[in-house]
Amino acid sequence: MYRETEVIQTIPGTDEMVLNIGPQHPATHGVLHLVITLNGEIIKKVEPHLGYIHRSIEKMCESLSYRQFIYSTSRMDYLSSHINNHACALCVEQGLEVEIPRRAQYIRVIMDELTRIASHCLWWGAMAMDVGALTPFFLAFREREMINDIMEETCGARLTMNYMVPGGVMFDLHPNFVGRVKHFIAHFKSKIDEYDELVTGNIIFQNRLKNIGVLRPEDAISYGCSGPTARASGVSCDLRKHMPYEIYPELQFEEVLDNGGDSFARYLVRLTELRQSMHILEQLIDDIPEGDFQAKTKAVLKLPKGEYYQPIETARGEFGVYIVSDGSTTPYRIKFRSPGFSNLSVLDHISRGQKIGDLVAIMGSLDLVIPDIDR
Amino acid sequence: MEREELQQIITNKFPEALAAEGGQWLNLQVPANLWPEMALWLRDEPSLACNYLFCLTCIDRNPDLEMVYHLRSLQHGHNLVVKSVLNRENPIITSVSNIWRTAEFHEREVYEMFGVAFTNHPDLRKLILPDDWEGFPLRKDYEDPINMIKL
Repeated sequence: MYRETEVIQTIPGTDEMVLNIGPQHPATHGVLHLVITLNGEIIKKVEPHLGYIHRSIEKMCESLSYRQFIYSTSRMDYLSSHINNHACALCVEQGLEVEIPRRAQYIRVIMDELTRIASHCLWWGAMAMDVGALTPFFLAFREREMINDIMEETCGARLTMNYMVPGGVMFDLHPNFVGRVKHFIAHFKSKIDEYDELVTGNIIFQNRLKNIGVLRPEDAISYGCSGPTARASGVSCDLRKHMPYEIYPELQFEEVLDNGGDSFARYLVRLTELRQSMHILEQLIDDIPEGDFQAKTKAVLKLPKGEYYQPIETARGEFGVYIVSDGSTTPYRIKFRSPGFSNLSVLDHISRGQKIGDLVAIMGSLDLVIPDIDR
Repeated sequence: MEREELQQIITNKFPEALAAEGGQWLNLQVPANLWPEMALWLRDEPSLACNYLFCLTCIDRNPDLEMVYHLRSLQHGHNLVVKSVLNRENPIITSVSNIWRTAEFHEREVYEMFGVAFTNHPDLRKLILPDDWEGFPLRKDYEDPINMIKL
């Protein structure tokens, strides 16, 4: 909710003051509005006010067909639009009970992991920028640009791909795809080590993040945190392992866990996940099976009456699509469980007692994407 | 844990909870006045340990409203769906934000979108919509000729 207030207000009779950050502030990574109660430099309370970019996607989806509504989810978490589309496609397929061709499954997982790398790259750059290092942002964008080019060639778009459709993927891979992904893997492997050297070992960077915003495992569970945020507190919740979909059960990769719980642990988990995603890509890229890229489905899709829920692991955590169908061509009700919404709710809890300068570091380590939270 | 086993444990303790057929997970229909006691038990009973509330929402089943809670046990790996039907004119249910803290934000969203009042909620205000917004946008009978374009 957006409310017009003075930027700074003092509370009479106390040393406390109320400070507004956002909605248009570079450190909030989008348009998040925070109302912070401060005592000197110490944070007493953080109150997120949402809704500045609320587009009522859930209501819109109620009047869109099962082929159309998928496109609106690209506009939610714009950094992992492939994975959002994937969740919707899986949810519709669950209702239709169609078998997905193996080639399509391979393509989907490769696209998911490329998206995860691109998303974590952007986060890595932004995280370093949040604590005052500018150069990493440009380095991260250099690598992310390569992925965007690969996506553009196959999907026709750089950010809102809309490539996954019920039954498979929309087009077959571009002939250059395999070669370019291999080139990217070789290139990026050396770059991750450079990331480590440049930022991870930096003592100033470490001091800004260690023991800042400590999230205990029981709080992570209670607040519904998911993804790297929860895994950095030692909560095992990777849905690719626990509720596997597509060909993930056949793949060799590890769930990245850390017991630190602070901002630095969240940083390390994401950086290690980059390596794991590369490992997954290497297993898949050489033997993409031949065959159809899309199963045959009807032109107008109708889901049988009932309820379908499909969770999926995005770059930020658990994204869930809940479809309630009344048997017609449009969903009766759709709920998107976005990872950022639950991860944001813990912000107040973990920033109390910290200094105001650390708030930006904590927010960066939670990896918030605001359109995903507001929907 | 298997679905039948899960259903057995819960209906032994709460015979009022009715299990529905079909669906991917066990689906329980619970009276609203029983829900707070049952929610606490679902979380604390060691054999169930539903400690993770991953989705909380409401459906307008015209004329009734239906609250939907999706629960997961991170230890045991089972999922559970609990539903509770509320009266449209006066929808009241007890908040579970003291049991699962994530419910605080989710319930605020349901409060503004469906008009469900949660008792014992620590801070029941609008979360996404402006303070002066009238009506409950996600209800089926909501009409807004200015801001909503029918496709």
